[in-house]
Amino acid sequence: MSLLNASIRELHTRITTKEIKPSELVAASLERIAATDSKVRAYLHVNGDLAMERARRLDDNVSPDAPLLYGIPGATKDNMNTKGLPTTAGSKILEPYVSAYNATVVDKLEARGAVSVGKLNMDEFAMGSTGENSAYFPTHNPWNLDRVPGGSSSGSAATVAAGQVLFALGSDTGGSIRQPASFCGVVGLKPTYGLVSRFGLIAYASSLDQIGPMTQSVEDNAVVLQAIAGHDKRDSTSANVEIPDYLSALTGDIRGLRIGLPKEYFGEGLDAGVRAEIEKAVKLLESLGATVGDVSLPHSKHAVATYYLLAPAEASSNLARFDGVRYGLRVEGDNLIDMYKKTRGEGFGEEVKRRIMLGTYALSSGYYDAYYLRAQKVRTLIKQDFDNVFANYDVILSPTAPTTAFKLGEPIDNPVQMYLNDIYTIPVNLAGIPAISVPCGLVDGLPVGLQLIGNAFDESTLLRVAHAFEQAASFTARASM
Amino acid sequence: MTTTTRYETVIGLEVHVEMNTKSKIFCGCPTAFGNPPNTNVCPVCLGHPGVLPVLNEEALNKAMKAALALNCTIARESKFDRKNYFYPDSPKAYQISQFDKPIGEHGWIEIEVNGETKKIRINRVHLEEDAGKSSHAANGSQTLVDFNRVGVPLIEIVSEADIRTPEEAKAYLEKLKAIMQYCEISDCKMEEGSLRCDANISLRPYGQEAFGTKRELKNMNSFSNVKKALEYEEKAQAELLSSGQDVIQSTLRWDDAANKTLLMRSKEDAHDYRYFPEPDLVQMVIDEAWIARIQATIPELPAERKARYIGEFGLPSYDADVLTASKNVSDFFDAAVKTGADAKLISNWIMGEILGYLNNNSLEIQQSKITPEGLGKMIRMIEDGKISTKIGKDVIRDMLLTGNDPEKIVEEKGLVQISDEGAIAAVVDDVIASNPKSVEDFKAGKEKALGALVGQVMKATKGKANPAVVNKLILDRLNG
Repeated sequence: MSLLNASIRELHTRITTKEIKPSELVAASLERIAATDSKVRAYLHVNGDLAMERARRLDDNVSPDAPLLYGIPGATKDNMNTKGLPTTAGSKILEPYVSAYNATVVDKLEARGAVSVGKLNMDEFAMGSTGENSAYFPTHNPWNLDRVPGGSSSGSAATVAAGQVLFALGSDTGGSIRQPASFCGVVGLKPTYGLVSRFGLIAYASSLDQIGPMTQSVEDNAVVLQAIAGHDKRDSTSANVEIPDYLSALTGDIRGLRIGLPKEYFGEGLDAGVRAEIEKAVKLLESLGATVGDVSLPHSKHAVATYYLLAPAEASSNLARFDGVRYGLRVEGDNLIDMYKKTRGEGFGEEVKRRIMLGTYALSSGYYDAYYLRAQKVRTLIKQDFDNVFANYDVILSPTAPTTAFKLGEPIDNPVQMYLNDIYTIPVNLAGIPAISVPCGLVDGLPVGLQLIGNAFDESTLLRVAHAFEQAASFTARASM
Repeated sequence: MTTTTRYETVIGLEVHVEMNTKSKIFCGCPTAFGNPPNTNVCPVCLGHPGVLPVLNEEALNKAMKAALALNCTIARESKFDRKNYFYPDSPKAYQISQFDKPIGEHGWIEIEVNGETKKIRINRVHLEEDAGKSSHAANGSQTLVDFNRVGVPLIEIVSEADIRTPEEAKAYLEKLKAIMQYCEISDCKMEEGSLRCDANISLRPYGQEAFGTKRELKNMNSFSNVKKALEYEEKAQAELLSSGQDVIQSTLRWDDAANKTLLMRSKEDAHDYRYFPEPDLVQMVIDEAWIARIQATIPELPAERKARYIGEFGLPSYDADVLTASKNVSDFFDAAVKTGADAKLISNWIMGEILGYLNNNSLEIQQSKITPEGLGKMIRMIEDGKISTKIGKDVIRDMLLTGNDPEKIVEEKGLVQISDEGAIAAVVDDVIASNPKSVEDFKAGKEKALGALVGQVMKATKGKANPAVVNKLILDRLNG
């Protein structure tokens, strides 16, 4: 499937010179999905007819100045609203739901000619690190079908790794783009909070959620980010900032770049194989002219605990609207309260219920100060740690996750054990800053992701460093499906 | 000593006012009242997955205006919070409201009861969204929800527990309503729900500083019902206390048909609303210039107008109170004065004939046809002797219904006053001839008999004869 392994820019040239048609490219994507998705299970919904119809319309309007995404097949995580199509967020409670409107990112991609081929599997309401919390079925890692793809953007990472589409949108609340990108050997960017509109993204934790691109290369990632970034008057938390030209940042030159290595991110729990690959990456970046120094993010050790108070607190409120009254699942009961209990009891999965309970508790009268309020204060300290480091460094480098992908169905006795897999990604969401995961090597045939963390709204630097690294490392291995 | 006089009543009111913005507080849907159910709705106000609120600046400005008109201090930093509770008419299962940083605090208004002025402090004014409206099937089988009202901007005005009688409570509500109407923030129609009032009431022995246990009263749909419910509750609590029983903290609803309060829920059922800052909206930072800009939009308020009516026109305090209680009536008065007619006469006509007619027919002044110019003109016709005051009453009736010019009414109906002595003399002669008894009484010194004779003449001329001329002619004849 060489067509789907080309870069977006190459394909754009071939489309605008009329060497290939958008409909051929979209058909190739749909064929690849048909051939591989019974194994990968990245999709909850494939809208093949709609995609082909749209692609054929694009065929008739090809022009030399068409946008870069013109005719490019992509897909969105199923927590982003797509008008007239199912949007379930991986949950049974939204199984019958059909979106009444488009998310801003969906509108933006459509306006630039991108073709959405379907909706991607995910951990229910973006709560999970393996994809196994999908209420429908787990997604498999294209590198090894017995392994998880990571989560919660499980389908987004897997579809890109399986070469089914050129890009996917994921969402990242505590690592949900970067950790599956790491497990599946793709590039995943979590932008600065407020860079990309959240309008139409089904909220998990509103103050942490952010949509970002998942792609086969850093360059493709920059192309998609360019399309979705920017102020949206429908999202009061979206930032009104100038959007730079991300492609022009990909110079390959990182001489003089100052990289900080946080000692807290290389401690106990980090897999030795992963550590070795990260250390190799550091050496490579040094050889490209970067300088490296040890830094400290002392409050990061409290990040997981902080996150598991704040995110569930917001989730307990965000998910309260799924009550069986207006849309989605309704299980009739003897009376109103009974209907609520049955609908939510049957509609939500275990992990979702656990987090609703945690969050409800943290916000309860008498506990609010000790939990929610204190967690907010720690969040401020975590952010200050990053500000201190960025006074002297351009980027912070760490592993994306402490391990490579684990086995599907591996029993997780202790949810806290699973929560710790997000130990390097969560602080970034709490600080509201951007980070990218870029593939840097393999351990026992499974990909390892390198995380680069940047200052707020400095996605350009992250993309520049990730791109320079990607070119120098020439990590060309692909999932062999 | 009766039971009620041993205890002092302590009342605090929570008033919700629906603001008359064009669109809802967090989406672009219209706020119009009375449209078919579920037509003023969109994914945002219906709480669909993934939607986000965007604050309507007009709602914020109006809330600031209300808070300033109530003498509140405006918060320089204010924010929204989520109030979490499940109910079918609350689509997100939380209400976006304000918890610890309301838009306004520490205000007050003045009320007058039995000629005495009293200051009632206002604890806070905060901005929030309204819920939908549930209708329950008579047999309890179904609840239908209309979401048109969801997201209509509300302000909640919370008084301090400064109110001491049900009468003061009613006066407070009337003053609040007047201020909101003057500021064009709301029409404050309790029957349409654009003003809603919950009341907290407790009793304590006179001289005791600590408050007694309070009960909250809901479901009063008029100011008079608020007063009635408080009077009922005042008596019920006094009876409990004087018989040695405790008042249990609870929420009660006023049953208008049964004329009593009924238990809704006890304290044990109280909600834990789990307030926390709304993460989908940013903090509001309000500077001096913004506050000054809003302050400049506040018109002359009822208290200022009242002072002007007393100072400028010499109206009695009572008249000034009645006229300024409604902005529309007060505006009508001001416009009528501009015609040059006498202010006190205008006041008399408004308070007598006009308000009487409006109250009897449950109308607002702008719903009748009468114009201030018409009223002024009619009063001048009386002053000029063209019609009598008695005829004026008929003319006013006509003007209220048709809005016609008073001169035209008088002409068409042939109501012009007869002042010509020649025209009246014949009638006077007839009346004197056919009422010898009255003539005799008058001559015997019974002054009252004159009135009877004048009355006969007026009756015979269908009220059109000029009473002063009639008086003069009769006296001329009898004394001559």
